[in-house]
Amino acid sequence: MNSFINLCYLVSAVLFILGLKGMTSPKTAVRGNKLGAIGMTVAIVAALLDHNVLSYWWILIGLVIGGGIGYVWSKRVPMTSMPEMVAALNGFGGGASLLVAVASYIESQHTPLFASTPDWSIAMIASVLVGAVTLTGSFIAVGKLMGKVSDAKNVRLYKALVKLCAIVVLAGTVYFVMHPANAYLLIGVLGLICLLLGVLLVMPIGGADMPVVISLLNSYSGIAGAATGFILHNNGLIITGSLVGASGIILTGIMCKAMNRSLTNVLFGGSLAEQGGGVSKSESDAFYDGKVKQADADDLAMILDTASSVIFVPGYGLAVAQAHHATRELATLLEKRGIKVKYAIHPVAGRMPGHMNVLLAEAEVPYEQLIEMDVINPEFQQADVAIVLGANDVTNPAASDDPASPIYGMPILEVHNAKTVAVIKRSLSPGFAGIPNKLFINDNTLMVFGDAKEVQQRVIAAMNDL
Amino acid sequence: MDMLIISLTIFVLAIFVGVEIINKVPPTLHTPLMSGSNAISGIVVVGAIISAGGGEHTTALSTILGVLAVILASINIFGGFFVTNRMLQMFKKK
Repeated sequence: MNSFINLCYLVSAVLFILGLKGMTSPKTAVRGNKLGAIGMTVAIVAALLDHNVLSYWWILIGLVIGGGIGYVWSKRVPMTSMPEMVAALNGFGGGASLLVAVASYIESQHTPLFASTPDWSIAMIASVLVGAVTLTGSFIAVGKLMGKVSDAKNVRLYKALVKLCAIVVLAGTVYFVMHPANAYLLIGVLGLICLLLGVLLVMPIGGADMPVVISLLNSYSGIAGAATGFILHNNGLIITGSLVGASGIILTGIMCKAMNRSLTNVLFGGSLAEQGGGVSKSESDAFYDGKVKQADADDLAMILDTASSVIFVPGYGLAVAQAHHATRELATLLEKRGIKVKYAIHPVAGRMPGHMNVLLAEAEVPYEQLIEMDVINPEFQQADVAIVLGANDVTNPAASDDPASPIYGMPILEVHNAKTVAVIKRSLSPGFAGIPNKLFINDNTLMVFGDAKEVQQRVIAAMNDL
Repeated sequence: MDMLIISLTIFVLAIFVGVEIINKVPPTLHTPLMSGSNAISGIVVVGAIISAGGGEHTTALSTILGVLAVILASINIFGGFFVTNRMLQMFKKK
């Protein structure tokens, strides 16, 4: 029976791998996701057949409660809130690993003749550590995404506290590996410190760096699962945990590269605005004074009317203004007039990897029109109009031509190469880096002040009247 | 110790498989990839089920922790798979 159960776990691991493989193309992704769900069903049925499962009631209650919450949540969450949902799910994954590790420790202490090995003890601590950090870290990240938790100012204090916690955890781990029996108090204290550590690690990270944090916590939730697999000697868990861990790490790397920052700088450097940005209001006013060209929706409609190719450049502001449907409407109108439309997607636009793509997919923009940064950049030169919607720092030419700029070296969308650039924005307020944007004072840039959704609706109305 | 070597081998090889596959996922699908991996990390439910199922060495506390873990893991499983499906359907239609 035991071999049969383990074979089932192998089957589900294979199905997960095939499921992830499906994610390599939008055409096969739906099927891939279903394969993953089948794999999970196989794993759950196998676990229920385990001879250690004597009562099904509690399991059933847990599955119904958790499944119900998850199902309702998945149906109701707006696409603009996907970063919050994924961050919270990372936290639940870590939390589940933490709970399973502690429960299995308690069981081990009630097993007669239980002999622990050093690798079991290390896996136990790893599972508690990573699980707890993921749990609280993710919820701080959710708070930041919702705008309810602000960035901590005193980065040095947090750094010092993190180091202190790390030393205590290390000492505790060494002690636990040497004396693993009846260490309830030690496990409890270490667990609490790790929960605190999660808060301390994420608090000082800037709101703009959330794509990195979410990816990293995604990876942690996988690593916590793999560690739990080492405790339970369950290869299915080890395989799945490492797949998720690898996925999160790769996304983390992509996000860091797109910001030209090292992971250490993101995690321990504080927010970009503090690292040399953070220009005062008067400096910013002096920077823009008299150099900004304003236009209104009617002007933009006339320019678009004579254009033959238009590139939309969406950023986080698009999500905030819920302007993705209006954008799609405007794009459809342009296409009807024979104008070529594309969308330029910067890897860190939005608050999580792929955030803009999901929003625009919701507004039924075909994914073929969503173009990656490296591919679209040479095309700006041929574009008549680039419409910047709520993107700021990722379009700042200072990143490529001003070595003194805090964002120097960051890959940007070369929007300034378009014949005309229309920036739809509420005000001249700075982006996350806290610096003024050189794009806004360029000769070929027009600022259209206002809410991205309303402005586009007015442009649509004006174009229909032309 | 043999068990550990086998587990470590599986762990390392699975990471390589993961890296190979994930590197081919286009940026367009990065959000569904993350919610999908949230769903499969709910696999920890198998450990939770065994703790919640009250085997011979369980205590009241370990059962409670097990049930809580089942709840959290199944939020991941159901929430993750369904929301991923919802997003992927949007990518599918033209």
